[in-house]
Amino acid sequence: MTRLNPLKPSERMKLLRQLPLEQDPVERAHNFDEVSQGFDIERTTVEAARCLECKEPLCTAGCPVGVDIRAFIQLVLQKDYVGAVNKIREANYLPAICGRVCPQETQCEEVCVLGKKLTPVAIGKLERFVADFEMKHNLFAVPAIAGRRAERVAVVGSGPAGLTCAAELAKMGYGVSIFEALHAVGGVLRYGIPEFRLPKEILDVETERIKALGVEITTNFVVGRTATVDEMLGEWGFSAVFLATGAGTPTFMGIPGESLSGVYSANEFLTRVNLMGAYRFPEYDTPVRLGKRVAVIGGGNTAMDAVRTSRRIGAEKACLVYRRSRQEMPAREEEIHHAEEEGIEFLLLTAPTRILGDAGNCVTGMECQRMTLGEPDESGRRRAVAVEGSEFILEVETVIEAIGQKPNPIVQATTPGLGTGKRGVVSVDERQATSRPGVFAGGDLARGGATVILAMRDGKRAAAEIADWLQSR
Amino acid sequence: MYPIIHTSVLAPTITRLVVRAPYIARKRKAGNFVMVRVDDHGERIPLTLADSDPEGGTITLIIQAVGKTTRLLCSKNAGEFLLDVVGPLGTPTPIGLHGTVVCIGGGVGTAELYPIARALKEGGNTIRTIIGARSRDLVILEEEMRACSDDVFITTDDGSYGRKGFVTDQLRDFLAGPAPVHAVYAIGPLPMMKAVASVTRPSGIATLVSLNTIMVDGTGMCGGCRVTVGGQMRFACVDGPEFDAHQVDFDELMMRNRTYLEFERTADERLHRCRLTGEVRSA
Repeated sequence: MTRLNPLKPSERMKLLRQLPLEQDPVERAHNFDEVSQGFDIERTTVEAARCLECKEPLCTAGCPVGVDIRAFIQLVLQKDYVGAVNKIREANYLPAICGRVCPQETQCEEVCVLGKKLTPVAIGKLERFVADFEMKHNLFAVPAIAGRRAERVAVVGSGPAGLTCAAELAKMGYGVSIFEALHAVGGVLRYGIPEFRLPKEILDVETERIKALGVEITTNFVVGRTATVDEMLGEWGFSAVFLATGAGTPTFMGIPGESLSGVYSANEFLTRVNLMGAYRFPEYDTPVRLGKRVAVIGGGNTAMDAVRTSRRIGAEKACLVYRRSRQEMPAREEEIHHAEEEGIEFLLLTAPTRILGDAGNCVTGMECQRMTLGEPDESGRRRAVAVEGSEFILEVETVIEAIGQKPNPIVQATTPGLGTGKRGVVSVDERQATSRPGVFAGGDLARGGATVILAMRDGKRAAAEIADWLQSR
Repeated sequence: MYPIIHTSVLAPTITRLVVRAPYIARKRKAGNFVMVRVDDHGERIPLTLADSDPEGGTITLIIQAVGKTTRLLCSKNAGEFLLDVVGPLGTPTPIGLHGTVVCIGGGVGTAELYPIARALKEGGNTIRTIIGARSRDLVILEEEMRACSDDVFITTDDGSYGRKGFVTDQLRDFLAGPAPVHAVYAIGPLPMMKAVASVTRPSGIATLVSLNTIMVDGTGMCGGCRVTVGGQMRFACVDGPEFDAHQVDFDELMMRNRTYLEFERTADERLHRCRLTGEVRSA
């Protein structure tokens, strides 16, 4: 393995981890422009030079889809940015998306050797730079597609799992059709993740690149209703089906007052804003009803997205209500930090007990209870225990619940013999195969709520397994 | 894009659109609905499928102009397009053999009732229909309902057609009469469905209603359509839209449906302003 970096390891270790350019917090709290501007070419060059080019890189093992990180960084060092993005694309067909929303700090960057004593290489920002470079200069070239195969595969859902599976199968020469229930492509990347973290333009470009592989995408098509899985395998002529309908059904706390006007699931709130353009009402027809004071319940990435979105569309006071402490929050550190910078108030160790309304059925406040941390529960996080008599009223006009989603039940309910597990997830084996022959599943539908990259890993694995299965018949 | 094949005006504010949507046409069952988005800046609204022609690949929507989107829909002509139509959604009506079923349609709700009454009739039930409207010109689908009913009674608020009064007056007469009533289907404005539920509650006659709620996606993702049924939170889009009328918390739903009144007024006023220029446009 030749080392391409002219710097000695000791010199590389003196370089500081580069910080991305970011929009000023005060300004960005009122717009939907992207928060992080990523790296410029100078920062990219310095950051790439920090890589120690380990003989046995841990970063690749830490990447759910196994991107050859060392190799792409070496191409960055040679200023071959297109070569670098294509190197990533061999393992990951959505680099511009992953460079933005992947939790690198718990994956590739967590295991980076430099991180043991210093700070890890900013792999995510390098990935983003090369993907953006290619996009900006319009240098995308369609990857090689293997010889055309006769079989056609139906992919249900156009989120990260579905898009990835479709791309991988198409590269192998299979005919692929994606069926999407909404009117726009992307699943949670479209309706869930806000513009300021993942611009829709980026998603549109990545989608076009999937279509460039010959993948057909049909929107407004609800598998289970418009056609069933059995019909897809029968009269529609598909040889296999990959189910990737995500975990889009919101859960509610079950406390009094949830039917009041001004109470939203995070899914509804974010869908109104992200998919339907409600922040531009009345230019767009879909409204969103937001008070001056907003409380978002939860501590995950969806809660961060909802609370930061509410700030941007006019909430004077936007607070997050979470029953454990900051340390237990499941959200990415970067998102928590960005939320704090934007003036989001964190009400930690606090749990809602009921939502209060006026005679007109509108929210006027939320009764909360103080919590304390007890013994760890089955998830390993310390259990939140209510402090008796600690109730207080939080005055808000809008309450958004971001306490988790579960899989949409339509496909399961309309596919006889499809095995399901806890909370309605579709059961799969290590090959992503369901209990129905020829039907595979992955992403949040099989996981019940995880990350974009884990969904992509499932999609990629499913593509390989579907190909194996088709060839072994 | 979904081409509009045919339009007809059924009443001063009620229009029938026949739209090409072959996949939906093939799968439609009584009780299903679609989500429709008229144009790129449009909202998604639920509309019940009044009919479909599986061979011809068309679906029938019957729309009352009450707000911006429905007004736009009613202004459409054959040859124009709807940007998005998705479905068929919702749990179809279970078509059981009940015996005598009273089918009650209030206003444009008659359009939602029609496919259900027809399916129930085909399922071997005796159908006694009550159509209610504010006045004669708002009575729709009378002929169609007659074709699938054993008898049809009409009530109008102002007495301009049929009996003067409400659908519940006619229903009470049925219940007091000698012929037994085994089930009731009521589709119309929420106050009407609530009134029907209270008429049948004492006798415990199975009563089903189809609920119109706030909806964004229509596939179980937003929870905007949540209703309390028998003390449980249910989603009208996937668990319904039909529910046991005796279990529905109508008052709560009526309050919830008022959430966006001000916004609806704003959107509608914008549409009107543009209408002054002579053309109906969305913005």
